[in-house]
Parts: sequence; C-alpha cells; structure tokens
Amino acid sequence: MAEPSPHSAPPTLEVRNLQTHFFTRAGVVRAVDDVSFTIGRGKVLGLVGESGSGKTVTGFSIMGLVDPPGRIVGGSILFQGRDLAKLSEEEMRHLRGNRIAMIFQDPMMTLNPVLRIDTQMIETVQAHEKVSEEEARGRARDALGMVGIPSPDERLKSYPHQFSGGMRQRVAIAIALLHRPDLIVADEPTTALDVTIQGQILAEVQKLCATTGTAMLWITHDLSVVAGLADDIAVMYAGRVVEFGDVGEVLDAPLHPYTHGLIGSVPSRNKRGEPLRQIPGMTPSLLKLPEGCSFRARCPRAQEDCLVMPALHDWLPGRLARCHHPHLDEVATA
Amino acid sequence: MSVYLLRRLIQALGVVLAMSVIVFIGVFAIGDPVEILISPDADQMERERAIAALGLDLPLWQQYAIFLGKAVQGDLGRSFVFNEPALQLILQRMPATLELAFAATFGAILIGLPLGLYAGLKPNSVGSKAIMAGSILGFSLPTFWVGLMLIMVFAVQLGWLPSTGRGETVEILGTRWSFLTADGLSHLLMPALNLALFKISLVIRLTRAGVRETMLMDYVKFARAKGLSPFRVTFVHVFKNILIPVVTVTGLEFGSTIAFSVVTESIFAWPGMGKLIIDSINVLDRPVIVAYLMIVVMMFITINLVVDLMYSVLDPRVRLESK
Repeated sequence: MAEPSPHSAPPTLEVRNLQTHFFTRAGVVRAVDDVSFTIGRGKVLGLVGESGSGKTVTGFSIMGLVDPPGRIVGGSILFQGRDLAKLSEEEMRHLRGNRIAMIFQDPMMTLNPVLRIDTQMIETVQAHEKVSEEEARGRARDALGMVGIPSPDERLKSYPHQFSGGMRQRVAIAIALLHRPDLIVADEPTTALDVTIQGQILAEVQKLCATTGTAMLWITHDLSVVAGLADDIAVMYAGRVVEFGDVGEVLDAPLHPYTHGLIGSVPSRNKRGEPLRQIPGMTPSLLKLPEGCSFRARCPRAQEDCLVMPALHDWLPGRLARCHHPHLDEVATA
Repeated sequence: MSVYLLRRLIQALGVVLAMSVIVFIGVFAIGDPVEILISPDADQMERERAIAALGLDLPLWQQYAIFLGKAVQGDLGRSFVFNEPALQLILQRMPATLELAFAATFGAILIGLPLGLYAGLKPNSVGSKAIMAGSILGFSLPTFWVGLMLIMVFAVQLGWLPSTGRGETVEILGTRWSFLTADGLSHLLMPALNLALFKISLVIRLTRAGVRETMLMDYVKFARAKGLSPFRVTFVHVFKNILIPVVTVTGLEFGSTIAFSVVTESIFAWPGMGKLIIDSINVLDRPVIVAYLMIVVMMFITINLVVDLMYSVLDPRVRLESK
C-alpha cells in the first residue's frame, strides 16, 4: 500500500524536514530535527520511537501548540497543501479542533475537572460554528453515542471525575470528532488504558477513520498497536525519522538497524527461556547529539562512514531509511 | 448533607467550649481589674462590696460556672466599665468592623486577582516583576507603619482624604453604614486599603502560582487544541480552577481580617470592635474581652463552614452527594 495516489489531490498531511528546537538555558535541545512523512486521506500513520525521541513534540508542532522556549525553526507542515508553520496563531486556532484534532495521552488529565462534559463539548462546537446551544448539545450527544458511551444525554451532565479512564478517553475522542476533522493527531491515546479497553478503542477509531475518511497520526511506542492499526509506519530516533514505509513491510523486514533492534526487543518475538534481547546503551542527550548518525554508538553495523549523518534515502520503492548500511539482505529473503 | 452539617455543629460546640476555658483562664492570668476599677481612696468596706458585686470574690471555677450558665442563655456578662451587657456593646461596634473588613476583602480580590492573573500569564514581563516585588512589600511592611504613612501622605500632605472616623453614615436596618455616602466612602478608603494591603499581596501570589501551575496542565493544552479562544481558555478553564485556593484562603483570612483590624482601627480611629477590645484590655474589662474572644471564635467557625460549603460549589470533586 505504498501510496498509489490514484488522484492528484495532495495528501492530507505532508511533513517535510520539520525542525522544532527548544532554546533552554542549558543549550538548544533539538527535540525534532529533520522529520519527514506523509499521511494520505483516510490513512493511519504510526509514529513510533522511544520516550524522548520527539514523537510528542512532532504532534504538538503539527497542532501549533509548541510552547516557548520551543519553536519550529525549519521545514514545512503541509496540511491539504497549506503550510501550517506559516499560519498566524489566529488562523491556526480556526483549524485546531476543527480540521485538525488531537487526542492526548492521559485521559485522566485532558478534561477540565471543574467543568461539566456538556460545557466542554458545547464550547468546542461553538468555537468553530455559529450554532445555538441546543444544536451544539445535540451534536455533543451524537458524538458521545458514536464512541459508545451509554445514555449520552445523562452523561453530558456529569463531571469528568464521574467517568472511568476508558470512558474519559472516549469523551476526549468524541470531542476530537465533533467537527469531523480531516486529521487527528493521537498522542499515545491508549497507553494509559488497560488492554481490553485499548482493544475496544482501537476498533472504534479504526471504524471511524474508515467511515469518515479522517487521516490519523497515531503516536505510540507500542509496536503491536501499530501493526494492528496503521497503514504506514515512521520510526523516530533522537529527533529524526530513521525509517518510513508500509507497516507490514517494515515490521517484516526493517531496513534500519534501530528498527531492527526495536522489533527484536518485543518480548513475544523472543524465544521462551532465552534472555530477552535489547538494544545496548541509551538514547543520546538531545542537548549534545554525537556527530554523524545518532544511533552510531549503539549500532552493531556502525562503520567509519557513519560519522557522516546519512540522509533519508529510498532504498526500495516506498521504503525510506536513514542509514549507510541498511538490512537489505533480509528484505531479499523475506 | 444534614448529617454532615449536624456533625460540623457538634464539632463547633466542642471548639467553643474548649476555647471558653482557655479564654477565661487566660484573661484571669492577665491581671486584677480591681486595682484599676476601684478608686485608690476607697475604704476596705467599699472595696469588698465592689469586689463581691463584680463576682470577683468567688474562686475561678465558680466564676467560670456562673459565666457558662449565663452564656448558654445568651448573656456574656456585663462590662465593668460601661455597666452594659458586653454582647450588646460588641454588637453595636460590629457593623463598623464588618464594613471595614468586607471593604478590605473585596478590595483585595478586585485588585489582587487581575494583577495575579497578569503576573501569572506573563511571568517574564517587566510589569509582572514589578507586581511581584510590590507584593513582597505588601507582605513585609508593618500595617501600623503603612497606616501612618497613608495618613501622612493623603491626609496631611495632600489633604485629599480624611484621616479619622467614619464620616457621614446612612442608617439601614438599625445600623449605620459609611459606604453609602460620598463622605463616608472617603473615610472608608484609607483604612480599607491599609487593612487590604497584606491580603492584596496574598491574593496576587496565590493567583499567580495557581495560573502558572494550571497553564501547564494537560486540560489547558487540550482546551487550546480544541481551538478555543485564548480568552475562554484563560477565563473559563484556568480561572475556575484557580478560584478554589483563592476563595479558600481569602475566606479563612476574613476571620483574621476582623480579628486584626485592631491595629487599623486604632490608627484611623475607626469606631469598631477592634478599638473596643484595645480599650477594654487597657482597663482589664474582663467580660468584654471574654465576650469579644468568644465572638471571634464563633466567627472563625462559621467562616470555616461557609468556606467548606463554597468549596463544594466550586469543586465538583468534593461536592457532597445530595441524591
């Protein structure tokens, strides 16, 4: 499924060489440093990587919600052909929650504890459309019903603390869906939930994307979620995308040694009784990244030419990797 | 709800009882009012008659028992000096003090909240730094000194505002109020500001800390991610959350405002309870001191209860289950 693009319409989201840096007293933190990927209409892109690899900052950059001392310093974020990085705050605000919505990681923290659910939903509707409160309430009720919340009329009058974590995340998803956005940025939305709820929510989201044509950026560190949900995958390491491609192909035969190690670290892939495999070392500090490839120090394939930062190169059709020595051999045998 | 209220009332009763013992013993320990009240050239017979008339010849526990017996019937004793019921004496002065305390508290919120909000939203601006530096002054300058300075500048040097008294008053519901006349208002302004200064600083700091903390919350970022206007994010999502600590603290502070209006009332000759208690302490008018302290205790208990009830209105998480 490597983006056949039968029609010439631009993809929903195209991020090109995005750079978001944080200017702290200790120095410049290059949280996002050269991130590129595309998401087609109705597609789901899984953005994976370790904690601190820049996944969340990438999400916030798209939303225009990077707070000082952080700033987008380079690259472009093309949303339906418009560069979000160049929009004013006011223009961006009209897109947020309207055409681009976001779901946060911790459902216990995303809803305001002192405002009722109806207040928080109606204000979202009225922020972008001039509709009566009655109509907005109806829309809110329908959205709650859509994400599988029983007796939505009654639940609208509840406060967030009267919901469980899973239910709160459903409410957050319902809020994200209020304006049928073209893109949803989901930042580890199921990480804080238990497995059965996670499964339900994933199925729900998949169904919604398929029916509404909403594209989705699904940020996670859980490869099994990506395998089940995403069409494409982008792997991030130390602020950079190191591999991009079709999710099935990448997971079967990763090109980049880091992706390779990441997949190897999934416990179910290891044989029972053997010590679990892991990637040696730690992610480098974003304050002082090593020269050249930032994975060099932990990489079993590193050679002298890795002292020069490799570019994101398409080694195979639709398969990009940022590496001088990709695992091309395994692709042939796979 | 009613069970909760009943439990609170029983607790309050215990506090009042304990406080009455402490106050009674404490006042007894301060000194003997006989030396001040009875003229030095009175003879032995007259002396003893006066002491018996005031009930001061009885042992302490008996005096306490009599006080308690009368207190239950709403009689907190008669003033030695004015020969009037102590309670009535205090209640006459109470509206003046309440007026001053309310003016100070509202002033503190009216001035403190916007300044704190600004300092919290723009923590690095010059204005915020000036506000925060000013609030340190508000905390640390002694009330009496600020009061004297206010009189020096606005009453003596500039002559804009009167320095003492309540000014012209209007009588409503049997009590006199200053804030309804222009003259009364001009009399109220300086003492209220003087009393409010500490509280303004407190509200500024509380608000700023609350804003800074709340702005980092996920739900504020989520509110922005929904595309809400900055105005709505600040004044609905942030504001409602910071009101909780601000209401709690200003509410609790209201009690101390009344209790500590003593200094301000003395400086501006404001005829309130604080002035009365100072005068009573000077002449060891025991019943008035005891009655005043009991009223202050009751007031604190009531304020605590009201704050708790308001808290449950503001914060749905502590709302008492009414269904």
